[in-house]
Amino acid sequence: MSVKVGIPRALLYYHYYPAWNAFFTALGAEVVLSGETTKTILDNGVRAAVDEACLPVKLYLGHLADLHAKGVDFIFSPRVISVERKKYLCPKFLGLPEIARFGLPGLPQVLDTEININQSYEKTKRNIYRLASRFNRRPWVAGKAIKRAKLAQEIYESKLRCGATPLDALCGKDPPQAAGKARIAVLGHAYNLNDPFISMNLVDKLRDFGVEVVTAEMLRPQDIRRGAACLQKEIFWTFGKELMGAAFYLLEQGSIDGLVLVASFGCGPDSLTCELVERHYKRGKKIPVLMLTLDEHTGEAGVVTRLEAFCDMLHWRKAQ
Amino acid sequence: MKITYPHMGSLSRAMHSLLTGLGLEVVPPPPITQRTINLGVLHSPEFACFPLKINMGNFIESLDAGADTIIMAGGTGPCRFGYYAEVQREILRDLGFDFKMIVLEPPQGQMNLLLDRMKELTANVTWRHVMSELLLTWRKIKAMDSLHARALYIRAREVERGGTTRALDGALARVEAAKSGDEVDGALQRGMAGLNTVDCDHNRVPLRIGLVGEIYMLLEPCANLHLEKTLGEMGVEVERSIHISDWIKEHLVLSSLPLKRKSKIKKAAAPFLNHFVGGHGWESVGETVLYARRGFDGVIHILPFTCTPEIVAQSILPAVSAKHGIPVISFSLDEQSGEAGIITRLEAFLDLLAQRRLSTAGTKTMK
Repeated sequence: MSVKVGIPRALLYYHYYPAWNAFFTALGAEVVLSGETTKTILDNGVRAAVDEACLPVKLYLGHLADLHAKGVDFIFSPRVISVERKKYLCPKFLGLPEIARFGLPGLPQVLDTEININQSYEKTKRNIYRLASRFNRRPWVAGKAIKRAKLAQEIYESKLRCGATPLDALCGKDPPQAAGKARIAVLGHAYNLNDPFISMNLVDKLRDFGVEVVTAEMLRPQDIRRGAACLQKEIFWTFGKELMGAAFYLLEQGSIDGLVLVASFGCGPDSLTCELVERHYKRGKKIPVLMLTLDEHTGEAGVVTRLEAFCDMLHWRKAQ
Repeated sequence: MKITYPHMGSLSRAMHSLLTGLGLEVVPPPPITQRTINLGVLHSPEFACFPLKINMGNFIESLDAGADTIIMAGGTGPCRFGYYAEVQREILRDLGFDFKMIVLEPPQGQMNLLLDRMKELTANVTWRHVMSELLLTWRKIKAMDSLHARALYIRAREVERGGTTRALDGALARVEAAKSGDEVDGALQRGMAGLNTVDCDHNRVPLRIGLVGEIYMLLEPCANLHLEKTLGEMGVEVERSIHISDWIKEHLVLSSLPLKRKSKIKKAAAPFLNHFVGGHGWESVGETVLYARRGFDGVIHILPFTCTPEIVAQSILPAVSAKHGIPVISFSLDEQSGEAGIITRLEAFLDLLAQRRLSTAGTKTMK
């Protein structure tokens, strides 16, 4: 019987799941995903976390508890510090293995491989080989697994660039044909936007209104870089760079009718990045912005009302 | 060029004397009042942390008072402090202020870059002068830190409430005004003597509490509702985990040397958290362990509301508390914090510590 590796359907799942899945499968492990987010999963997470933790962290803990209940042998919860030079992820990712360990005592063994491209590239590489060796001692198998993971990730990212959201791509859905009445950019952390429960199906709702949705993942890396280049000081968060780069690029191109910013309540990095985005858009006076803040108390009806009002306003502006 | 800078506890005294010593025209930020905080909150992002908001209030009041150049520190992440200056500049621009912002980025092993920035400020001053002013400021900072630490000890034992604070304020002002190294030493000795003559009850055995948490919130009394003074006047001996001199040593001097070392604090934190998490999250965990080992009665953890690194620490501290048997309370503070609520929670915490001390003393004598 193969070893079961649990991967929580939260946080970086939306960024790297295809690579992780390919990696562990190639090593002969069975990958077990936690269930789709439900009220119970969220409630369990809220109970395990300190009150001030942000919504995605609470949800992550809920998914870990779900995996625990599913009886996996390992839980893959890497410490992802940095995925590119001179940039970090949010501090919560740096302490995620500890938040998990102390929030949920008695978890199965956590694989907390450290990924730190900025400060220790070679060590990161060694860490990945070490992780692989726990499943298969032969180094060429590890090499093959890494290759498979890279390939799967490339295929995934190319799908995103063709107009699919991470959720579309992960569920194997095709994005709707682009024939929208309006084009709206929806920017925010992928783990908020793509969790149907947390985002209350935000993207699908907009699509139902006849809107064509653009997300940061659909832009090319050079577009993001170009957008981010207008900042005086380079931003040191990868996700912050993607959010601001996409927002500034789309503002410069003028190719959208509106922007919806989605952030979790009390999000540290977003408090600064969204502020800068809002200010730049306000100065341009061309593209309206809607800012949505999510937490475990957000009511769906309120969000729908605001989305409808925003879309109505965009149509009215277009008609003028 | 009329220069201003943000408040941060006694560091603003040091900044003031450094900049005037370099012959620059300085507009010191007006003292932090409710108005400062209101102005800052009004013009800052809602979920930005409290230090950013107070900084904004300082900048607006200083610019109104005639300043045209702001000195601010930078950073390389992942704590959002490193991006404060960028956001603050844009907000102040939109408010219509005309000013220049000089951001001092941490040297990251290259001390000369920081010195070059300093030189930019002081175009017509010699290197020698800059270095001697920096050294003088360094001595002042160390003197102020030792006065401060002594005051925390004395205040818990003072007979007349407020005596220590008066003596400390006078002593800090004299250190700030000193013109040479000898004068700093003189002011320090006089200040220590002044603190030692405060009427004290030395038979009192006060509760001992360690303060850990985010550096700005610890250093700036207006941000932490004068927690040290409040606790001291409740008869508690407080020790603060971070002093500005330690911070400078760690981040500006030692980090620019090619040393591979791990501080005592980080070693102490290792069983719970063996990795940096930005800001002072790692230190908060390690310091709590150290206070427990030194037999402190309790630890108070202070963080600005929404501070991610400290939230990571907060998630770990209950485990530290359980393992090492030391009560820990976290205060998450911002413009919404009510003093009465904090005092009530503090009193309850102190009652718990006092009870605990009594019961452990009882079991010891029974054995």
